[in-house]
Amino acid sequence: MASLNVNGTQREFQAEADTPLLWVLREQLGLTGTKYGCGIAQCGACTVHIDGVPTRSCVRPASTVAATEKIVTIEGLAPNASHPVQKAWAALDVPQCGFCQSGMIMAAAALLKDKPKPSDADIDAAMTNICRCGTYNRVRAAIKQAAGGGAAA
Amino acid sequence: MNTSTAITKPGLSRRRFIGTSALTAGSLVVGFHVPFASRALAQSNPAPALAPEVNAWVVIKPDDTVVIRVARSEMGQGTLTGLAQLVAEELDCDWSKVTTEYPTPATNLARNRVWGNFSTGGSRGVRESNDYVRKGGAAARMMLVQAAANDWKVPAAECSTAAGTITHQPSGRTTSYGKVAGAAAKLTPPTEVALKDPKDWKIAGKPVKRLDTAPKLDGSQVFGMDLKLTGMLNAAVKDCPVFGGKLKSFNAAAIANRPGVKKVVAVGDSGVAVIADTWWRAKTALDALPIEWDEGPNAKASSATIAAFLKEGLDAPQAVVGNESGDAKAAIAAAPRKLEAVYSYPYQNHATMEVMNATVRYTPERCEVWCPTQNGEAALAAAAEAAGLPPAKCDVYKLNLGGGFGRRGAHDWVTQAVLIAKQMPGTPIKMIWSREEDMAHGKYHPITQCKMSAGLDAQGNVTGLHMRISGQSIVAGLLPQNLVNGRDPVVFQGLNPSGTEGRFSYKVPALLIDHAMRNPHVPPGFWRGVNLNHNAIYVESFIDEIAFETKQDPLALRRKLLADSPRNLAVLNAVAERAGWGRPAPDVGGQKVYRGLAQIMGFGSYVAACAEVSVNDAGELRIHRIVAATDPGHAVNPQQIAAQVEGSFAYGLSAALYGGCTVKDGRIEQSNFSDYPVLQMAQMPKVEAILLPSGGFWGGVGEPTIAVAAPAVLNAIFAATGKRIRDLPLKNQSLRRA
Repeated sequence: MASLNVNGTQREFQAEADTPLLWVLREQLGLTGTKYGCGIAQCGACTVHIDGVPTRSCVRPASTVAATEKIVTIEGLAPNASHPVQKAWAALDVPQCGFCQSGMIMAAAALLKDKPKPSDADIDAAMTNICRCGTYNRVRAAIKQAAGGGAAA
Repeated sequence: MNTSTAITKPGLSRRRFIGTSALTAGSLVVGFHVPFASRALAQSNPAPALAPEVNAWVVIKPDDTVVIRVARSEMGQGTLTGLAQLVAEELDCDWSKVTTEYPTPATNLARNRVWGNFSTGGSRGVRESNDYVRKGGAAARMMLVQAAANDWKVPAAECSTAAGTITHQPSGRTTSYGKVAGAAAKLTPPTEVALKDPKDWKIAGKPVKRLDTAPKLDGSQVFGMDLKLTGMLNAAVKDCPVFGGKLKSFNAAAIANRPGVKKVVAVGDSGVAVIADTWWRAKTALDALPIEWDEGPNAKASSATIAAFLKEGLDAPQAVVGNESGDAKAAIAAAPRKLEAVYSYPYQNHATMEVMNATVRYTPERCEVWCPTQNGEAALAAAAEAAGLPPAKCDVYKLNLGGGFGRRGAHDWVTQAVLIAKQMPGTPIKMIWSREEDMAHGKYHPITQCKMSAGLDAQGNVTGLHMRISGQSIVAGLLPQNLVNGRDPVVFQGLNPSGTEGRFSYKVPALLIDHAMRNPHVPPGFWRGVNLNHNAIYVESFIDEIAFETKQDPLALRRKLLADSPRNLAVLNAVAERAGWGRPAPDVGGQKVYRGLAQIMGFGSYVAACAEVSVNDAGELRIHRIVAATDPGHAVNPQQIAAQVEGSFAYGLSAALYGGCTVKDGRIEQSNFSDYPVLQMAQMPKVEAILLPSGGFWGGVGEPTIAVAAPAVLNAIFAATGKRIRDLPLKNQSLRRA
């Protein structure tokens, strides 16, 4: 049995050492809000926080995450979707199909923690998540709204 | 009223049903009659018991919650909300109490296709079902009013409705929809219903929020890939990487001892799957499985052989005519000056964010499929065929789609999932493709080349125009039974003499548009925007080439040739005016900014775009700003139309900048987003969407704008660099100034 601290709870599971954190979350722990998009850390759909650091969980073996490191997934970001990023997302009707949005929201939340007033260049650098529906401009606007910058370009 | 009359026509066999219902996009509209949807079937396979159903479209619960049934699939494009707005508008219900649900395809068949067509593609959700879904809402409203009037023993004409409340005007008595829904459900539906004038709309036409956002913010939305069923196993699958190849052998013993592996199975004659307790274990075991393929007759095909095959079609004597007026060839031959250019468009993968997947529980008596599909009925047909069961013994439960873009209208992956589940009867099995499998087994944007030829007189006027397209037919690949005397009508999107699927709007004295069909072995598919994408690039680039060669302003030339097309002109003029055409664009970061235009009519709508780009000395392109205008006739949800327009540039510019699948040794060379890059936030331009709904018709909004994205940028690149890019994607081209 291995153990991970996920969304504030210590969770036990069994998996081979090379199993990515993504698949432990999805298949062993039942947290399917974190998505599989590419498996090679290109698309960001699998983004979670590990001790606050946005991490692409599809290439991070679960066995390399210590039981004491705090993992936060989209399900544990904030109660009742109350994180400022989630609220801004709702206000601007950001998602289309929604599949990439867990990763987008986790990446945006980490960005705002690091840089409460991100510039466009900061957003470009941090938000490399892929969205095929093309929500990018609303994502940018919502990040600025969550940062308290009001409506954005 | 019978809401299904408009879409039920006799005379199609089941085979025809399977074929036509698999159509996901494009222009074919075929009536349906499903012989096996009999009353006997309805009795043996009743619809599940539901809350009080006023009619097929509207269920109202005692607490006044309104459940609106939506037949089309939500894949991000907003159709769930838009169609619900149309029903709710006519129903006069309280929008804050609206929820939605999908009827299942087998229920649709059992009820004589009361919900009409499930197919979601071709930007047809609103434009084709607006009439009958509104009638469904209006009929339900009339029945609710009648039920209240009966209760009060007053004439229905004395009652009015607003926001789910019925008022008897003379007495002031009121009741709610929830209170009378049960009685209303027992009434005979009205035979005639009147629809509101769109100018009186209160819910439709308004920028209401989407109904499906909340679960997409906290991880609770269940996509196909997220489904969990009791006792479920997972499968990973690999099909022969060479299209048309077969599975020769595999060595199951080599992976039998890996953890979690339950079974290794052949999938049809070309694939193999590993079934395990978790998908990760199935996938890694499959990666370790020794497999031998019989690569078949296509193993030597390459992008070069395909290009040569298409090039021959550019001058082939035989071609299918799509649009002809006058004698264009003679006019060009006689012209004092000729202009000719050859263009090409590559294969592209849809690359939906959610890879293909389906979950199946098969028993010899029944086959159930849970999947994200753009066409539940086609998924049902595929499942029934693979299961060897009648459709009445199967059903499909639609799950949220992590993108569709046309890919999820073809159901090769449902067939696979059923063939896998059949080998473990009774056990639900979730099959998920890896991204690599998804990249290798797409239904690709068709590959084409095009030769544009124009004759010009001494004053620079076009005397004749010949557009020869050579290349792949989607219909020939997916639905060959829908070819009409060898003609694929979808090829001519945007090029037709008339019609909603795209009228060629430029007026020239002599015109010939023809298609030499050349079908390589790579399977084509309906790809968001479909053939309008490359057709618009060819036409709009060449119009710019003519403008340059004849020293005319590209806007002025378009205006001249579109003098008889007021809707095309309106969107074109709108973008030109907003962008500031004719005045220099302000520099950005010390770089000069240049503009390019494009316009087209397709999917029932009129669209135009003006792109602003800069190209630095190193040849690096930046797209700064897009101004886009859309006339969809009626606009059901303006803010969602804006979202579709913005998204269309992300998708269309991804295609133009990066989208290219190449073929080597008979297979697709690209494997993942690492070698099939797509547009990211840093490259996404600002998009200003102008909505110009002129009313009187219903156009689509999910696709037409994609077609103007690439040509507007290509024309701006020419303005910036003097380089005319005729082959995509742009990543393969040098943009250093000529």
